[in-house]
Amino acid sequence: MVDFLQLVISGAATGAIYALAALGFTLLWQASGTINFAQGEFVMIPAFITLLGLSFGMPLWLAFALACLAAAAITGYGFKKVVVDPLIRHGVIPLVIATLGLSIGVKNLVKASYSAEAQPFPNLFPDTLFSIGTLRISVYDIGTLALAGAIVFGLQAFLNKTITGRAMQAVAQNTEAATVLGINVRRMVLYVFLINALLAAVAALLVTPTYLAKFDMGDTIGLKAFYAAIIGGFNQTRGALLGGVLVGVLENLMGAYVSPAYKEGVALMLFLVVILFKPEGLLGKVEERKV
Amino acid sequence: MKRHLSLILPLVAIALAPLGLKNYGTYLLTLWCVYVMAGMGLNLTVGYAGQMSIGHAAFLGIGAYTAAILMKLGLAFWFVLPLAALLCFAVGLALGFPALRVQHHYLAFATLGFNVLVYLFIRNEEWLTGGTFGIPGIQRPGLPGLSLEGSRPFFYFTYLSTILLALILWWVIRSPWGRAFAALRDNPIRAESLGVNIMAYTLLAFAIGAAFAGIAGAYFALLVQFIEPAPFHVTASLMMLLMVIVGGSGKFFGPMLGAALVILLPEWLRFMKDWYLVIFGLAVVALMIWLPGGLLSIPEKFRFKRT
Repeated sequence: MVDFLQLVISGAATGAIYALAALGFTLLWQASGTINFAQGEFVMIPAFITLLGLSFGMPLWLAFALACLAAAAITGYGFKKVVVDPLIRHGVIPLVIATLGLSIGVKNLVKASYSAEAQPFPNLFPDTLFSIGTLRISVYDIGTLALAGAIVFGLQAFLNKTITGRAMQAVAQNTEAATVLGINVRRMVLYVFLINALLAAVAALLVTPTYLAKFDMGDTIGLKAFYAAIIGGFNQTRGALLGGVLVGVLENLMGAYVSPAYKEGVALMLFLVVILFKPEGLLGKVEERKV
Repeated sequence: MKRHLSLILPLVAIALAPLGLKNYGTYLLTLWCVYVMAGMGLNLTVGYAGQMSIGHAAFLGIGAYTAAILMKLGLAFWFVLPLAALLCFAVGLALGFPALRVQHHYLAFATLGFNVLVYLFIRNEEWLTGGTFGIPGIQRPGLPGLSLEGSRPFFYFTYLSTILLALILWWVIRSPWGRAFAALRDNPIRAESLGVNIMAYTLLAFAIGAAFAGIAGAYFALLVQFIEPAPFHVTASLMMLLMVIVGGSGKFFGPMLGAALVILLPEWLRFMKDWYLVIFGLAVVALMIWLPGGLLSIPEKFRFKRT
């Protein structure tokens, strides 16, 4: 039982990080119909920018702030202007292919110019353990869970309670009607891209100490983010959190109790079950098809 | 006549190419044939039926391992080949059915996850697939009075098979079935209102595409004679998808051009090392921005501009 609880907690911590990436993915989809296959690289880029900052002797917070700025400029604004804006009118497939190409290009750019080896990354939270009875919990897991949870709920509150947030939701639900109501659609869409970039940067800060900074670190987290987003519900903000945590916890339990070799397959199994019985996701709403 | 000539000339040129190539060059050309077979199947799914599939390498792997395992048990290649195709067709149906209940990106994700699962299976189930040690020593079959062991005879064997498969695909696309595929891609809702069963046709296009990959996989096993999990990873699927799209999805010769770009070009540009993929990736982004129809849509673009 104690083992089980420990597995659930550390799984939830990993899952919360998946949820951050998944959340950005979902928001991007809602606001602009973009499926971003470079989401994993959006996590990898800030990790390496932070490392670059650290190598110049900056403290972690300053290096991370720099990474956030760079992320907003490159994976937020730059991605929207250079890749998405010119492609969105051609439909989904060319855009998906372009993000695939971007993923390959960026990955190998880091591999060729920085290093192909995994780089160590400083821990944000101490890696010490504390005990409640026989239960031993790592401060790192609790810190990760708390920070990621706070960000997800904070974002949810922002989307539901503030005027800007509600305008962003209106754009996601019906772009034409939002325009008629005088909402600056272009600005709202830009906000979504910036938020996505920042969410990915935070995910990078939390995940890199365990995954290590490597050019292909985005492959795993990008994949998990997709699954988390779909399992939870592609058009629901809370769904991403549920999906992420579910994937993280189940992976941990599968790895410990069934077979570590198939740990990676859990997300897929869950995904297939979800689309078979509830295609709109666990928390999602059914979307009408437009003719 | 001009049309026929422009088709026959490259065919003859490729057939003559191995005469001037060493073993490795012939090997690459045969590898190109294998990826053309698989690419044609993917093109049917992506280009003609308009569905994203990111798990094509999994079917290539199923084909390759089916062929390798059964041939190791002593079965003849001629018996194993249709079996590999059938197995992939069946698995394609089973995977496509739940995924296609919902549109578009779901098939993409389902195939992606399926690929991960197949890769894990191949890597972990050592009793069946040899795990990371792979299956070595796969024997090439012989034709009556003709050995296919040499790289040149094996190339001609694969080349002729590729042409045969291309003719089959040509026939499928020209058939009423194939026309229904295109109707689906261009306007699914209109096609449905005209009595085309979207689900059935898309599923069929996907399963036939999978069967093509299964056949390609069997040839792949014969070509490399030693199979291990690496060539069937998700990255290979992404590369195959890029082959089809970069060449020109929905164009009959798209996969041929795309496979050449992905298989042959890196060999000439070997001095660039990792930078090749940097340029390739970013070139794909640029291509999508300026030519979303792929390289083979260049003539159309010109014609459109002139009029």
